[in-house]
Amino acid sequence: MNYEIVVGLEVHCQLNTESKAFCGCSAKFGKSANTNVCPVCLALPGALPVLNARVVEDAVKLGLATGCTIARHSILARKNYFYPDLPKGYQISQYEEPICSEGMLHVETDEGSKDVRLVRIHIEEDAGKSIHDIGDDTYIDVNRCGVPLLEIVSYPDMRTSKEASAYLQKLRQIVKYLGISDGNMEEGSLRCDANVSVRPVGATEYGTRTEIKNMNSFRNVERAIEYEAKRHIEVIEGGGVIVQETRLWDADKLETRSMRGKEHAHDYRYFPDPDLVPVLVDDGMMHRMREELPEFPEDRAARFVSEFGIPAYDAGVLTVERELADYFEATLNVSGDAKASSNWVMGEVMRTLKEKYLDIHEFAISPERLGGLIKLINAGAISNTIAKQVFELMQEDEATPEAIVEREGLAQVSDTGAIEASIKEILDANQKQLEQYRSGKAQLFGFFVGQCMQKMKGKANPKVVNDILKSMLEG
Amino acid sequence: MQFHGYQDLRSRLLSGELTCEQVITDYLQRIESSRDDNIFTAVFHDEAMARARELDNKLQRGEEPGKLFGMPIAIKDNISMKGAPLSCASKILAGYESVYDATVIERMLAEDAIFVGRTNMDEFAMGSSNENSAIGPVPNPYDKTRVPGGSSGGSAAAVAGDLAMVALGSDTGGSVRQPAGFCNIVGLKPTYGRISRYGLVAFASSFDQIGLLAANCDDAALVLGVIAGKDEHDATSSHHDVPEYDTTMDHVSIEGLRIGVPRAFFPESLNADVAGVVKAGLKKLEEAGAELVEIDLPESDYAIAAYYILVTAEASSNLARFDGARYGYRSPDSPDLSSMYVNSRTEGFGAEVKRRIMLGTYVLSAGYYDTYYKKAQQVRRVFQDKYREAFEKVDVIFGPTSPFPPFGIGDKMDNPLEMYLADVFTVPASIVGMPAISVPVGFDSLGLPVGVHLICNFFEEGKMLGIARHLQTLCQTVPSN
Repeated sequence: MNYEIVVGLEVHCQLNTESKAFCGCSAKFGKSANTNVCPVCLALPGALPVLNARVVEDAVKLGLATGCTIARHSILARKNYFYPDLPKGYQISQYEEPICSEGMLHVETDEGSKDVRLVRIHIEEDAGKSIHDIGDDTYIDVNRCGVPLLEIVSYPDMRTSKEASAYLQKLRQIVKYLGISDGNMEEGSLRCDANVSVRPVGATEYGTRTEIKNMNSFRNVERAIEYEAKRHIEVIEGGGVIVQETRLWDADKLETRSMRGKEHAHDYRYFPDPDLVPVLVDDGMMHRMREELPEFPEDRAARFVSEFGIPAYDAGVLTVERELADYFEATLNVSGDAKASSNWVMGEVMRTLKEKYLDIHEFAISPERLGGLIKLINAGAISNTIAKQVFELMQEDEATPEAIVEREGLAQVSDTGAIEASIKEILDANQKQLEQYRSGKAQLFGFFVGQCMQKMKGKANPKVVNDILKSMLEG
Repeated sequence: MQFHGYQDLRSRLLSGELTCEQVITDYLQRIESSRDDNIFTAVFHDEAMARARELDNKLQRGEEPGKLFGMPIAIKDNISMKGAPLSCASKILAGYESVYDATVIERMLAEDAIFVGRTNMDEFAMGSSNENSAIGPVPNPYDKTRVPGGSSGGSAAAVAGDLAMVALGSDTGGSVRQPAGFCNIVGLKPTYGRISRYGLVAFASSFDQIGLLAANCDDAALVLGVIAGKDEHDATSSHHDVPEYDTTMDHVSIEGLRIGVPRAFFPESLNADVAGVVKAGLKKLEEAGAELVEIDLPESDYAIAAYYILVTAEASSNLARFDGARYGYRSPDSPDLSSMYVNSRTEGFGAEVKRRIMLGTYVLSAGYYDTYYKKAQQVRRVFQDKYREAFEKVDVIFGPTSPFPPFGIGDKMDNPLEMYLADVFTVPASIVGMPAISVPVGFDSLGLPVGVHLICNFFEEGKMLGIARHLQTLCQTVPSN
């Protein structure tokens, strides 16, 4: 029998706000344990939460970007359960009335494009961290308690692991474009749980689903879904039934396993949090958030094609990340040459980022300096080859490309006298090749050009070299 | 040393006739000699004396004295004060010391108040008799075999015994008003949101309000003016302007005042002795020119039912943080996580607190939420609508504070439902969130205090205090202290 995979994703996106969702503590990572804390996030007696307005704005932005209905009035609720890394004994979340509902995400894969519907997006707070690997005791780090999250829940609309991964990448792209999250899966800013089931092709009812947790990369999401679907099919084909449960993905063993022991039928006893007032979104905020929405990747790519005349492929690559697209546009602003800017960003810049594991905002060469470099090439001041050397040197200090060319003596030589002199030396030193050339072996022309460029350390103007060499070879 | 209210004390301090040090010495001596009554959970002897001297110096330096300059104040033991133990009269907070000041504490400190100590209460403010206290009951100052009311029993007894001029309490369903009625003093619960709850240990967040216990309405109004108002640390605190309460009070006249008298507040079951004293108070208001208006309000029984569903639901969640993990009591018998939770909470909480946590957990459970919690919320909205309507016809709603006089220590401990009925007249104002006050109006045939309960519309504390002051004058219950 042929089976179809059915996948729905629940994604937790950590917002990059300065302060936590319900207190003034810093929401930044990397501080020593239990230092980003206050009476509120420590749940000391008498402390009260107050909602950070930025969190609401970020939720509204993501809702607008995904075509959701924005609730003008939504409710923060308490999800009650005991766990040591949850100081209040409840998590503040949204339950019956989330801030965003019924949206859509357009996803492209090699197999085609697809609209994945969203059930809801709601606001909640993160829990702390339990640390089990120091001796026999368990330690608690409360720093993460109260860090704001948005939970994005999709309908079970995905049918392949590739679609699930593409959905997740799309979501990541959007939150990064909105500037509301760094979207980093490895560091846990984007966490994904997958609900997976299978059913015979053509069936209308869903199969029993399992929930897969602990997948911290796109690759792992794909692998885990594929593994789990295969497991479902094997169980069903073997005459068994799928048990609805939560399973953990083990990225080392490449398998999912049951989270037995933690799997009580939890009754979270949700109810509206009486310490907080309803979340209100008025016309003014809706208007402001609409104004603040960035140009999204598809629109931006289309504009790059129409406005700058670069190929659609290049435009697609350049707009994958907002920062990269910003970098390209800033480079172009200075260089005035779209094709060259695109080539440099997609070539040398992206290669360097990959080699050095850098994000574009960490890259040493500002777009202004790169634009200056391109201008030097176009003005004939340096060759492309020399420009690559300058590019490397530009990563080492803040000097302008002009200053580096000057300092390193890399300016292009167009002085015909100097070029003639070095060609003469080369012809004298390579009599054999000269004879071969003159007896019809025209491809040796390149050999002489290469020798000449080498002799002049790449600084010779290639056009001038070509012209002089041609006349001297004929000579 | 006796004062006719705070203004008397203040003028004698500012004139130099007395010093804060003398006043506080006197109060601390009285507190010391009443120690057997178990009214205080902690006395700030050294801190209060140091602060008194500091304030005396401030005055000598010619600096402007704050609005509460030198006022000796007692704080219920569920309001956080930096560096002081915070027990909520519960074993589960053993050894816990607050690291921050409640907003009300900050505001009173800024106006030169002096805190003399923390007062006994029902554990986590759950009770109507102060008997649910881990450190034991408090006797009623008028009959030591009887309860002072609760949960702010220590605060009421402190003010009644002049161990503090004003005390802070907290009122969820009557916890300031009922003990005030039992102890012959004024007990004010403001509009929900009028006073920041930041630093008040939550029992039921949508009901809890910090309230004031004082010998007279002027002192209550003065302190209210200092602590009321928006606080950025409490999302439920109101932006509503804080008026000059003394001016508002001065403008209140009994002549032409429309007093709503609901049948629901005078049921058959009302103690006849209490009814007599309360009605005598009403008669005096009528004679002073008030117009009595019979009004219809929903039966208070429904209020009690809805109240105990909603407050226990909120409490079950609010008290989850007392888990033995980070502070307070942890059972020595905690070999693993589950036993740490179960044993710490079983051993740390008293019987009434556990009863309410279980009730609240039940009403929020899947399958019961709609039947209980949702239904109770609907009842709450009905009460809010009915009370709003009533205030289109009247200025104030009048009734007894308690259906019976102070009862004997131990009398109702075995019957929680009967104990819950102690709040039958105070709970409706908590359900709707309107301000209410208990005013002393006289004594029953056994010489036990009787209080009248007044409810006003949202944010009409000034008007309500003005009416209460008239009533207290008419009934001659303003004490000389």
